[in-house]
Amino acid sequence: MRTLLVLGGGTAGTMAANRLRHRLDAHEWRIVVVDQDDEHHYQPAYIFVPFGEATRDQVIRSRHRFLADGIELVLAEIDRVDAEAKQVALVGGRELAYDYLVIATGTTPRPDQTPGMLGPEWHRSIFDFYTLEGAEALADALTRFDHGRLVVHITEMPIKCPVAPLEVTFLAEAWLRKRGLRDRVEVVFVTPLDGAFTKPVASERLGAMLDERKIHVEPDFMVERIDQDRHMLVSFDEREVPYDLLITVPLNMGADYVARSGLGNELNYVPVDKHTLLSTAYDTIFVLGDASDIPTSKAGSVAHFAVDVFVDNFLEHVEGKPMTGSFDGHANCFVESGDDKAVLIDFNYDTEPLPGKYPLPYVGPMSLLKETRTNHLGKLAFRHIYWNVLMPGRPVPLPSHMSMMGKQEPSAPDQPEKEA
Amino acid sequence: MPTTTIDGHEIHVNEEGFLTDPTEWSEPLAKSLAAQIGIELTDEHWQAIRFLREDFAKEGETPTLRRISVVGGIPTKTLFQLFPQKPAKKLAYVAGLPKPHGCV
Repeated sequence: MRTLLVLGGGTAGTMAANRLRHRLDAHEWRIVVVDQDDEHHYQPAYIFVPFGEATRDQVIRSRHRFLADGIELVLAEIDRVDAEAKQVALVGGRELAYDYLVIATGTTPRPDQTPGMLGPEWHRSIFDFYTLEGAEALADALTRFDHGRLVVHITEMPIKCPVAPLEVTFLAEAWLRKRGLRDRVEVVFVTPLDGAFTKPVASERLGAMLDERKIHVEPDFMVERIDQDRHMLVSFDEREVPYDLLITVPLNMGADYVARSGLGNELNYVPVDKHTLLSTAYDTIFVLGDASDIPTSKAGSVAHFAVDVFVDNFLEHVEGKPMTGSFDGHANCFVESGDDKAVLIDFNYDTEPLPGKYPLPYVGPMSLLKETRTNHLGKLAFRHIYWNVLMPGRPVPLPSHMSMMGKQEPSAPDQPEKEA
Repeated sequence: MPTTTIDGHEIHVNEEGFLTDPTEWSEPLAKSLAAQIGIELTDEHWQAIRFLREDFAKEGETPTLRRISVVGGIPTKTLFQLFPQKPAKKLAYVAGLPKPHGCV
């Protein structure tokens, strides 16, 4: 009997465990999932919570309900992985041995890593929205906010779902407009990047959408600390951005046990081969979802497309055969833009988001890099697909690999800036 | 890829002026590149540049500011003083490496 141990019962861990349970003989393979609690959150809904458009009970399900029969769920905190001994120690002393390990413990916002972020003003005038508690506290504060400076801020890249800060900005702007408060509120977007997004064509389009909404962008801003008394973001090069209400995205880091186990890089992400997701240090460890260092977005769609490739690769790998599948870094993200519309972007390691149609070339029904109501409905419908199709490991009729069909390539290379 | 000549060094660069072949880099070239963006290199600059070159040789990737501070031991604050406004980009430019792609 061999054991596959999956650390983390979130999006990636649940999909991987369920898909492999259907493919691995139950007499030969035991599958165990470890997580610290039994709450599986549908995180894409967090951005709707501050605006009263999603509720706690739409976000949370129990983890065990989504794990197939024949998968054991162990609820415990992970202390460390001993990769040489192929053993995982849990807090409290229990030890689990494995033949193969899947690390799927994601990434976590860490407000403790920026001086002045936590403290008396945390969840009073400073909010995160990547936790349900933060999003709920923000919802409460917004009902009392009627004038001043609303600042949306990213601490440092990479972050989970890199479009979410833009979505929250667009949704907040629309929400203020609807309540007749837009003239009394300045909306500011503060980012360590040199524009709205990371990739040129999308950055230009999303930047134009910020302009249209009269949202001021403060680029190249690396926060050093937050001055809670003066309500001020202070950068490493001594720039200051004042706020009345701050929506911040704290530094994101992989789990601390990864660092304790000596498996992580400087942000606790596990280095892997970006095409097979196999650890570069141990051929018994795969890393799925946000926990690895692959150079693409940390997003559920990436986890989904990666798991598609991983499942067949895993079956080959454990038989001692070479892995034939190669993950291309495919990501597909909805960007809510307010007023019941959304933009959709589709990209991979080599190709930036481009205009076109999705999932069917030329047909759609969804439009890439364009604000449409159909895209918004797609995002809303996705919650049901997530719980009922994706998590149980049923097939989704979307290709894992990105397609160039129907996409418009930029005619000439962009030359956005000259200065180095 | 276009070629350009800076202070007698013939180099291959991309549309933003970054070297496309890290092996074309040399210390005298770094001085010339730094001068292009108005920086005169001190020992502190060199410490950062050397870390970048060594880390790139090992990892095959340009380190992020966080990696330079955590692994290279040079505080982010110092990097902003040495290479004002856009330290990650300016450092990579002077060190003859691709722009860091920590941002995806």
